[in-house]
Amino acid sequence: MSTVPARTPVLSLRGVSRSFGAARALLGIDLDIHAHEVVAVVGDTGAGKSTLVGVLSGALQPDEGQVLVDEAPVTLTDPAAARALGIAAVFQDLALCANLDVVENLFLGQEPVRGGLLDEVAMEKEAWKLLGQLAARVPSVRIPVAGLSGGQRRAVAIARSLLGEPRVILLDEPTASLGLTQIAEFLTLVERLRARGHAVLITSHSLSDLQAVADRIVVLRLGRTNGEFDADRVTYEDLLAAMTGVAR
Amino acid sequence: MSAPLVAPQRPGAELWHRLRTGEMSALPITAALVLIWVVFQSLNGSFLSSDNLVNLTQQSAATGVIALGVVLTLHLGQIDLSVGAVSGLAAAIVAVGAVRIGWPLALAVAAALAAGVLIGLLYGAVHTRLGVPSFVFTLAGLLVVGGLQLRVLGSTGSVNLPFQSWLVRFCQTSFLPPLLSWLVVAAVVAMYAASRLQDRARRHRAELSAPSLGSVLARVAVLAAVLATAVAYLGTNRGVGAVFALFVALVALTDLALRRTRWGRFVRAVGGDAEAARRAGVPVRRVLVTVFAACSTLAALGGVLAVGRLAAANQASGAVDVTLTAVAAAVIGGTSMYGGRGSAWSALLGILIIQSISTGLTLLNLDQSVRYAVTGAVLAIAVVIDALQRRAREQ
Repeated sequence: MSTVPARTPVLSLRGVSRSFGAARALLGIDLDIHAHEVVAVVGDTGAGKSTLVGVLSGALQPDEGQVLVDEAPVTLTDPAAARALGIAAVFQDLALCANLDVVENLFLGQEPVRGGLLDEVAMEKEAWKLLGQLAARVPSVRIPVAGLSGGQRRAVAIARSLLGEPRVILLDEPTASLGLTQIAEFLTLVERLRARGHAVLITSHSLSDLQAVADRIVVLRLGRTNGEFDADRVTYEDLLAAMTGVAR
Repeated sequence: MSAPLVAPQRPGAELWHRLRTGEMSALPITAALVLIWVVFQSLNGSFLSSDNLVNLTQQSAATGVIALGVVLTLHLGQIDLSVGAVSGLAAAIVAVGAVRIGWPLALAVAAALAAGVLIGLLYGAVHTRLGVPSFVFTLAGLLVVGGLQLRVLGSTGSVNLPFQSWLVRFCQTSFLPPLLSWLVVAAVVAMYAASRLQDRARRHRAELSAPSLGSVLARVAVLAAVLATAVAYLGTNRGVGAVFALFVALVALTDLALRRTRWGRFVRAVGGDAEAARRAGVPVRRVLVTVFAACSTLAALGGVLAVGRLAAANQASGAVDVTLTAVAAAVIGGTSMYGGRGSAWSALLGILIIQSISTGLTLLNLDQSVRYAVTGAVLAIAVVIDALQRRAREQ
């Protein structure tokens, strides 16, 4: 089904399973993500999308199977380990600290230091640059994130994922809670990320949002891969059938 | 590259918003301290005498250092209820080690601080490995450490330190010489001005919004005025006590660590949202362990200073009263109980408020019962304000 040319994937999963108690969130997942590629992972609520992003980003450890970076098996013990390998994630709940301001959140865990102290000037300058690239509008980069709207917070979270030029960017449900204009802006941003050579993985429970920008669409259903489609050729009905499990 | 839009804000409305959400907590608390001073001065003319203020600063230091540790744990949204007991154990180790066993005093002090470090590391390990809520296991720690304190003191229950020992002299009769105090003031103001001006210059070069030269100079002038007034006025009596100077220096260092180092940023992040911090790559466990260790170590240091100030350690050293005063000072000083918000300076402001109330009521010949009631009422007000500010932030 896939039309991806034979080239080395940046990030892969081989036979990955993950359970939460008795609930099996992921079952034997195989997945490849390449540079210059946008992979959309779609599925109904509870299909395992967030768990997938958790495993890829180091936030969760698989019970079985392997994560490979450049085809070499790696163990992502925590998100910092994933970041060190060039994998950045924007979680569905954004994972921002509401009490910290925009700059503090953007650089959390990777603050530049100058003479033993935090280099606030460098951080603030870079923060404006990143937010400018995303055309994000915030009243100030020095107010706590608690004072920002949902869209502004998402922009901050995405800007944070771009720090340090990661090779792979994982976006978990980025279009949920966005308005139509914001979705259009977001898709433009994703195209820009692909043009810059990033590998992008986006999850969504909505079919219509991502088809315009994705190269490949992977359908998850009840923790299993239930089809992988070329985004240019697949029909809405095919996807819907794969997502819901209804035979066409 | 288009610059993000900056929404204009009215300065008055912004000030109110910052007050209401607790973004600016030092100002109202300083105002409260001044108000308390004015009230007590009007009731008793000797309250603001330099003699009384010197006593007040000297009495604040030991519990203030303990409160500084509590400020750190509150930053994480955690609490250490055993700080008083740890300070009592440290006092007992110093007195028994130096007097009964005959260790050099420095060794006894080092042993007391090491005990603090160990207890904190243990708390950190229990919390991070087992996930037990801190208020429960530090309550258990309070009992265990209190028992250790009794065991260390032995059957007599009270050990006196000789008055000529350096620890007692440091805590009771050591004051900064006037020249040294003024040199310290000059150095602090010069360093503050230099760092502010350098920061402003760097911001200009980076094309970021920078504070006007006037506002920088105004801040420097306010700092210089506050320090100079304090040193000059205390100087008309015995001067700035060495132990109080140590306390203020510790507060300033902790403030620097919290605001300008990666560790401090991690502490605030973990206190705000531990899971978000973990996903951002913050070493959450290490942060928790270091904060519990720092808190217990500061508590032990507070106990060392207390034994020096009283020249004795006994079974009542570091009683529950000490824990309650230290926690109350941290909260009254403006550090939020909900984690992630506060300032090292709240230890100083909080302990000064509590000590002022205590001294003021003593001067009015009012007894312990009134002191407890008034301090309790002030703590209640501080807690209510903290809760209201939290609600305002969440809106």
